[in-house]
Amino acid sequence: MAMDAAMIERLIKESLPDAQVSIEDLRGDGDHYAAHVVSGAFRGKSRVQQHQMVYQALRGRMGNELHALALQTSVPDE
Amino acid sequence: MDITVQDRIRQEITDAPVVLFMKGTPVFPQCGFSAAVVQILSHMGVKFKGIDVLSDPSVRQGIKEFSNWPTIPQLYVKGDFVGGCDIIREMFETGELKQLLEEKGVSVRA
Repeated sequence: MAMDAAMIERLIKESLPDAQVSIEDLRGDGDHYAAHVVSGAFRGKSRVQQHQMVYQALRGRMGNELHALALQTSVPDE
Repeated sequence: MDITVQDRIRQEITDAPVVLFMKGTPVFPQCGFSAAVVQILSHMGVKFKGIDVLSDPSVRQGIKEFSNWPTIPQLYVKGDFVGGCDIIREMFETGELKQLLEEKGVSVRA
């Protein structure tokens, strides 16, 4: 089942209000996305923890409706 | 949570130094993301144990709960969760994966 990019962005921003989210629909099928999320909330966290925060924001959709979301996370430049 | 599955997972990641929970086997991966991680580990000459979650639905669900991570593949080194496909790929590109494996005493081809 597909999920649209605006929905993904909205869910991420609900949990991480300062986040800058860029999403690319890799195949134009609404099912394979790449997202880059930049948030100050990631500071001091490991990569695994940063990704877990994004997955948490997506509330169980990752791995279900959302089949493929290639994720990259980073903290804003100082 | 099913104690038995969780215990089995804990046993697996303790018994082998490098364990990849994946879809399919290292020889026949059944998913592009699993295949990508197999390719990276093989390229680095890292010996690893592949565990096919497709052949065991309880492990497929159990590992997601165990790691608090929603997707497969998942890489464990010396009992610690390192990441899924995106993280492994990123760490491979930056050289961090090699560094981590060496720090943990896993042999990596130079």
